[in-house]
Amino acid sequence: MIATLSGTSILASEAASFSVLPALILVPLLTAIVILLLPANRVAELKLTALAGSAIAGAMAIWMMAAFDKNDAGFQFVVNQPWLESMGLNWHFAVDGISLFMVVLTGILFPIAILATEPHHDPKPYYMWLMILMAGSFGVFMALDLLLFFVFFEVVLIPMYFLIGGWGHGQRIYAALKFFIYTMTGSALMLVGIVSLALLTASRTGNALTFDVTQLAEAQALGTTAQRLIFLSFALAFAVKVPLFPLHTWLPDAHTEAPTAGSVILAGVMLKLGTYGYIRFGVYLFPQAAHDLAWIFLTLGVIGILYAAAVATMQKDLKRLVAYSSVAHLGFIVLGIFSLNTQGLTGAVFQMVAHGVSTGALFILVGWIYERRHTRQIAELGGLQKAAPIFAAAFTLVMLSSVGLPGLNGFNGEFLILLGGFQAARWWTVFAVLGVILAALYLLWAYQRVFHGTPEGDNATMPELRLSEGLVILPLLFLIVAMGVYPKPMLERIEPSVERLVAHVEANVEGFSEPGPERVPEHPGDARTLMDKLEEAEANADLGEESDSHEGESDE
Amino acid sequence: MLEAAWLIPAFPLAGFLMLVLFGRRMGEPVAGWFATAAIGGSFLSTVVVFIGLLGEDPSERFFLQKIFTWIPSGTFSVDLGFFVDPLSITMCLFVTGVGSLIHLYSIGYMHGDANFSKFFLYLNLFAASMLMLVLGDNLLITFLGWEGVGACSYLLISFWFEDPANASAGKKAFVTNRVGDFGFMLGTFLLFNHIGSIRYADVLTSHISTGTATVIVLLFLLAAAGKSAQIPLFVWLPDAMAGPTPVSALIHAATMVTSGVYLLTRLNPVLAQADPWATSVIAWLGAMTALVAALAAISQTDIKKVLAYSTVSQLGYLFLAVGVGAYVPAIFHMVTHAFFKALLFLGSGSVIHGMHDEQDMRRMGGLAKLMPITAGTFIVGWLAIAGVPPFSGFWSKDEILLFAWNDNKLLWLVGFVTALLTAFYMTRQVILTFFGRTRFWDATAGEIGEAFDTIAERAQAKFVAAAEGVTVASAAVDKAKLDLDKRTGAVTKAQTGLEEATSALAASSEGADGYDKLVRAVDKATKGVPKAEAALQKAVSKTAELELAVEKAESAIAETQIESKQAASISYDLPGDAQYVTAFSEAPDITAVADDMPDSYRHRQEYHPHESPWTMTAPLVVLAFAAAAGGLMNLPFTHKLHFLANWLEPSLFANEVHVSTSTSGKWMLAVVAVLGGLSAIVAAFAVYLRGRGDPAKIERKDLALAVTWDSVLAKFMGGPGRALFDGASWFDKTFVDGAVNGAAAAAQATGKGLKPSQSGLARQYALFITGTAGLIGLWFVLRLVAS
Repeated sequence: MIATLSGTSILASEAASFSVLPALILVPLLTAIVILLLPANRVAELKLTALAGSAIAGAMAIWMMAAFDKNDAGFQFVVNQPWLESMGLNWHFAVDGISLFMVVLTGILFPIAILATEPHHDPKPYYMWLMILMAGSFGVFMALDLLLFFVFFEVVLIPMYFLIGGWGHGQRIYAALKFFIYTMTGSALMLVGIVSLALLTASRTGNALTFDVTQLAEAQALGTTAQRLIFLSFALAFAVKVPLFPLHTWLPDAHTEAPTAGSVILAGVMLKLGTYGYIRFGVYLFPQAAHDLAWIFLTLGVIGILYAAAVATMQKDLKRLVAYSSVAHLGFIVLGIFSLNTQGLTGAVFQMVAHGVSTGALFILVGWIYERRHTRQIAELGGLQKAAPIFAAAFTLVMLSSVGLPGLNGFNGEFLILLGGFQAARWWTVFAVLGVILAALYLLWAYQRVFHGTPEGDNATMPELRLSEGLVILPLLFLIVAMGVYPKPMLERIEPSVERLVAHVEANVEGFSEPGPERVPEHPGDARTLMDKLEEAEANADLGEESDSHEGESDE
Repeated sequence: MLEAAWLIPAFPLAGFLMLVLFGRRMGEPVAGWFATAAIGGSFLSTVVVFIGLLGEDPSERFFLQKIFTWIPSGTFSVDLGFFVDPLSITMCLFVTGVGSLIHLYSIGYMHGDANFSKFFLYLNLFAASMLMLVLGDNLLITFLGWEGVGACSYLLISFWFEDPANASAGKKAFVTNRVGDFGFMLGTFLLFNHIGSIRYADVLTSHISTGTATVIVLLFLLAAAGKSAQIPLFVWLPDAMAGPTPVSALIHAATMVTSGVYLLTRLNPVLAQADPWATSVIAWLGAMTALVAALAAISQTDIKKVLAYSTVSQLGYLFLAVGVGAYVPAIFHMVTHAFFKALLFLGSGSVIHGMHDEQDMRRMGGLAKLMPITAGTFIVGWLAIAGVPPFSGFWSKDEILLFAWNDNKLLWLVGFVTALLTAFYMTRQVILTFFGRTRFWDATAGEIGEAFDTIAERAQAKFVAAAEGVTVASAAVDKAKLDLDKRTGAVTKAQTGLEEATSALAASSEGADGYDKLVRAVDKATKGVPKAEAALQKAVSKTAELELAVEKAESAIAETQIESKQAASISYDLPGDAQYVTAFSEAPDITAVADDMPDSYRHRQEYHPHESPWTMTAPLVVLAFAAAAGGLMNLPFTHKLHFLANWLEPSLFANEVHVSTSTSGKWMLAVVAVLGGLSAIVAAFAVYLRGRGDPAKIERKDLALAVTWDSVLAKFMGGPGRALFDGASWFDKTFVDGAVNGAAAAAQATGKGLKPSQSGLARQYALFITGTAGLIGLWFVLRLVAS
């Protein structure tokens, strides 16, 4: 009944006594249908239904995380049912360490986004679209069939389009269209790539046609040119999603005009489709091409880090500033991915989740500022810390996480990315580290202008964080600290899958071995090592003194 | 006993967490006492560990403690773990010791602040971070602390965030430090890349090739230059004085800013493997910073700014020491500096507290009488920093100068000149603050200006009134003249009437018809003329009278003009603006404006600078003892008295340079240093207390290169730097996004033929695109099925 492929764990799928992955998609979909059946004027019931549906799905995602076998590098909770056998299409869902936390993040962010703000009109379609978006987001991170993935990849566009266009601010139609057309253009090419990949692989191997990701990845049947071209067709679609410089300009518009929930999901979940795509469908399917063309993405990623940071500095709209900061942060993730080593990739996956949490929280807080002050213009704000110190404290924590302060979640991913990047692409990383300086500059400057100083006018009476709001933001604040202080539970679940991926790249790229340190200490040093060193150094120094050389340098 | 190591950072961390949860409820002063108890517990834990370490054989004084694995990833793995050795425990001792005193002091200093508990929450978090920095068993935990103290520094500098200057100073500190962090991160990466570990147990024991070690040292030097405020990154430290004074004492003098020196000392085996020129760079950078900052300190007028530049300068000494391989003197001077500089800062805080938040030394003077404890302890700090034996600074600074002499005579010369300057500017500070005339009550330029404004306003009001009088009077004159004309006309008319009547009468004859009537008319006319003439006379005199009034009013205007001219022309000294003040600079003469001084002046006359409460003076006294006797830690006379050197020996892996200077040479150097320091003190006494020589010739702005560099940097950031960011923003809007919109517009233009579908409804676009995508998909599917 369940076909397990390439190292997938039977144990884990049996542990899932019911098929949790399809259920993750079905629960929000059913919720959407229930919402559709509810009368449009029952606002409270609509919200409650959406909240319940998303919370159940979120709880299931967390349960799945708990049931996840951290010693298994392969795919778990596998569901693989034939769909259109003649075409090699399967309902193939599974998660591994790379997608696990993206699914969990999706499960956490949706209920919070629903709680954080309410639509100003038409709650029924609003919640319906959100639920469809949730189902699609789950699907896209779990699909292991290329066409299935493509369907979900496209499906998430439509609800987001309507959310921005229907419940957004200002130039929402323009922003929604721009977002839609941009991403559609990217994915149209990817569709061509998907089909070409499947057809070429089938004809080269002589096997039956398949869109199964694991089978295609194992086959590695393409020639260099074909692999590069098809890889680029995928890469372009993902580059728009990430977004990579210079394809990023849809993002500030979409973020700024989207309603708060839309911004949270867009930044927290949907941008990660691009970086997740690079890992799962770029590096995994096309290791040779990803390796050969890595320099392009390293370069664009690093340009993105510095360029977006510079542009962010001068933004006048707070939400736009956060949007540009996302571009910079995602640049780090791309750098980590194309380092093609354990630290870089693990850091990238960690950073995807961390950025989702921090930026999600940041958008929620900016949304609350907007609800209170009816402006996001930095120049019209000021001194808010005086009026709302607790609000400011929450903002400070989230901001410091975004700056990448050690001990908070933003640091660990960024550090591992840069550490991995330094082994693989030293000079790119040197420039990327400059981005760390700039991040402090634009975020602290924005904070200063918005929260410091003496408040005037309406700023002086900005309402403090309400208890209900505090309870909404608290889980995210908790995650910011917990992921920063004790990232091990996450890292040890991400790492096996990442190492498996790196091994896959090593196996399929000639002459490639994981970029790492020049040497590793034979035994990790301890107090004894230090004592031995001291003894040796002092002996050398005594010798040196006896031979009358006064510089007792001890060079082992 | 060594197992208690984790308690050292755990105490303040727990204090921080408790204050986050309950700080507001605790309020003043409980929150302060609670935080002080937390850091006090940390101090006691350190003492326990210290005793434990003393119990070990000197060659076995290393203890590693792992709490949990923090970041594991492939071959890379770091623990949250602690590295206990003589060096780290030395740091912990003075960080928690001085830290406890400053916590206690803050209870008094922050009295009445609206965010009292928040201040202590930050202080505890700072202490926890600083102790992580010091105790970390790998570079990443050190970095955790490194960034943690940076964040706390940011939060505390901008603690009084309502003032934009404070907020800017906090941001400047954090961002400048981030420039240094660039070096820290790359240095860490390079180390890992080279030896596959960043744990100190590996880093300190591994062989590193010379080239790599050199680059690593330079990268960590950049990091250290940021945190420890060296050229060219020192600019944030003088601004950091915007924070509350206990913060300046704890973070920006005693502890955090020494982190860079600690880091370089900690990495001494790496420094030893680097090319010697790399360590020379450290030494010269330190020496130049010491000199440049000391030159800037001479012309400062803000009591805290003097100490800030002095701190930069003293940190330069520490770099100089590390650079010449004098690790023990570096740590020695770091500790004594922590004592006397914390003392000086807390003393200045006490002064500021007692003087109604006044920080300008030109407005101080004579405080020794008013604040005896503060003054007495401050003087101890001054003697210590000026290098007067037997105070602590003498011993530690002398050691550094000795090692500098041993390495390079030119380095010694720079260090020596800096020592002279230090003695000079500190003497100046002590004299201006505590001796001479108390200038606190003097009128400030602003106040005198206000008084003159008041007078000028009054003169102006008079002038306006007079001018108005003239206008009114002139109008009256005009009216009177009109009246006069009328009267003149009336007289003429009356005379003409009389003449006419007379001639008519003459033409007529008596008895003729109407003769009587004519006679009566003549009579009447005859009477009318004098009446008109009388009226005329009256009008004339009235006009004259009014003209006199105008004249008078006009002369009144002239008078007020003279008065206001006089008001403007009185020349007066602006005491607040007078750059150069000595102990007995005279108060400005305000007799001319005495009656018109503003309220701020009057209120100040009723205020008396006073001594601070015991929570503030007790730490001063303790620190004064430490600053006086700190030299006992490491007396040079016999090997046995080298307590600190012997104690630190294991942490230095025989990398401490051996001095080859003879004993007589050492004595010579010491005597020269003492004589030099004393002559600088005497010189400062002569200028500032005796009035010999002109301060203007000494406090030269063109020598304050540090200040110049700061403003050049600020101008660059505000000018070209900002333009660069603006340019990027403009480029993004115009080109990157413009290209997209342009393409869209072009597509729309070519698609005009499809007008009916361009209904403008976004949904239709969306449906159209989805449909197209669907069709493409379908086409593929069909093709697949067909094949």
